[in-house]
Amino acid sequence: MSETSIDVKVEQMDSAPAEKKHPNTCPECGSHYRDDELEATAWVCAQCGHHFRMSARDRIAWLADPGSFVEEAAEVRSADPLSFFDLRPYRERLAEAELNTGLTDAMVVGAATLDDHPFELAVMDFAFMGGSMGSAVGEKFVRACDEAISERTPLLLVTSSGGARMQEGILSLMQLPKTVASIDELHEARLPLFCLLTNPTTGGAMASFATLGDVIIAEPGALLAFTGPRVVQEIVKEKLSDDFGRSEQNLRFGQIDAIVPRSEQRQYLARLLRLFGG
Amino acid sequence: MAGEAERSLRERLGRLKHLPLLHRTNVSGEERRLRDQLDSVSRADASEDEIWAFVELARHPDRPYTLDYVERILEDWVELHGDRGRADDGAIVAGLGKLEGRTVALIGHQKGRDLKERLARQYGMPSPEGYTKAMRIMDIAERFDYPLISLVDTPGAFPGVAAEQHGQGGAIARSQARMMALKVPTVACVIGEGGSGGALALAVSDRVMMQENAIYSVITPEGCAMILWRDPEQKKKAAAAFKPDAFHCLELGVIDSIVSEPRGGAHEDPDEAAASLKIALVSSLDEVSTLSAGELRRSRRAKFRAMGVFA
Repeated sequence: MSETSIDVKVEQMDSAPAEKKHPNTCPECGSHYRDDELEATAWVCAQCGHHFRMSARDRIAWLADPGSFVEEAAEVRSADPLSFFDLRPYRERLAEAELNTGLTDAMVVGAATLDDHPFELAVMDFAFMGGSMGSAVGEKFVRACDEAISERTPLLLVTSSGGARMQEGILSLMQLPKTVASIDELHEARLPLFCLLTNPTTGGAMASFATLGDVIIAEPGALLAFTGPRVVQEIVKEKLSDDFGRSEQNLRFGQIDAIVPRSEQRQYLARLLRLFGG
Repeated sequence: MAGEAERSLRERLGRLKHLPLLHRTNVSGEERRLRDQLDSVSRADASEDEIWAFVELARHPDRPYTLDYVERILEDWVELHGDRGRADDGAIVAGLGKLEGRTVALIGHQKGRDLKERLARQYGMPSPEGYTKAMRIMDIAERFDYPLISLVDTPGAFPGVAAEQHGQGGAIARSQARMMALKVPTVACVIGEGGSGGALALAVSDRVMMQENAIYSVITPEGCAMILWRDPEQKKKAAAAFKPDAFHCLELGVIDSIVSEPRGGAHEDPDEAAASLKIALVSSLDEVSTLSAGELRRSRRAKFRAMGVFA
């Protein structure tokens, strides 16, 4: 049993489907869109409402008032403390991810406003090594908490993560308590953490900051699980329900506060900012 | 060549001296401590097979489990059961006992010795209810000002349908958050497998130690091999790459000290292993017991906030 057990891990990071669909083709209903069509609907399928993955930059542009976002801690990058080498060197994977995404790591943090309410924002990007949490992600989140505390603003975390970044070994696991320590400081300063969970949020992210929000909301149909369906299915050896680990099941079992479609997120978050803003 | 190896050894030793608290868990003084250190240091250049030996010792079927240590270390032990909501998870034991005359709270993972017990205890893999039980005992510790001891030994949190429905990730996160905010001194020791989030949930402590042959890792070697090499047979290579042994964890600043084991591993002489563990627990608790509640929380946060290496 212990031989097959898999814990905080990158569940989907390297999942390479046999037949690779075009990224603009809806996996639910097969509708296909041009880039500009998807951009106009905030990457939501106009036919069935499927929420496509959104990059951190697009997410920020979607949630924050235009021109209000000021990035922080952009210089924080991953190091390679273990000189990790699997089939390829970790450094090479990092360089490639940086080239492909234009990001320095899997999280972007900064200050912004929403309907003129100031707030701090920490947004993950799945395109950077599966949104995996390494030391750079941990450090950026901590800096975002520090900034929220010094500016006395709420913090909004948007997750999209396969879990801990194995290439940093035990140090990636230690990013979990690192983020928990910062949330403890946020709580002591009586500042709220709002979590917006997007597809997918699994492993270490679920076992740390993603589930510690004062209010936790999720996008429709998002996979939000500690252990993903592939691994669970291997162990229970029976077919899982279609909504296993999805937002809808998480809501039913009391794990999240609400499912909020992308088109309603700004209004919902603005209401939270007004409520917690006193 | 020999000269170079010796020089690198000495360099490492020099670095080790600056690491906090390595020295505090010795069993019989200076000489033993130095020998243990040297043993540890030589492992820094360990081969795949050498690192794999730790994995096998950490998982050895005769290795002492939490309750084996409890009966050797604590007096007046009373085990407390259940999460007061849904279940009593056998993968985590919790209770109160006397450690050298003072009442302490203890939580720990518990594996089974035979097949029946292994199944009952889910191979030491907790469900959310297990973490809820642990948090209940943390509350008791805080209410009555008892120090909290954690013994960590799990392959990982249980990967199952009900565990997911009942919020496995959230339970692990909340257990960490509860430990982070505790107003009482806390000390944890990994006594076997420190399997990822399932282990970490009980190990957010003021002092974190590992037994000499314990492992602490973000994923099992098999899981890592499966994902990165796409071949579970590469488990030794994976383990050597992410370095789960106590020495490397100490070097990376993840733990504060290493607790020595009898020659051949803790299972060779559980009484001696327990004696060493007891000394380490008592001295670690003594160190942090001088701090006020506020200082404890602040220094605990600072310790975990500092973890990681970035550019």
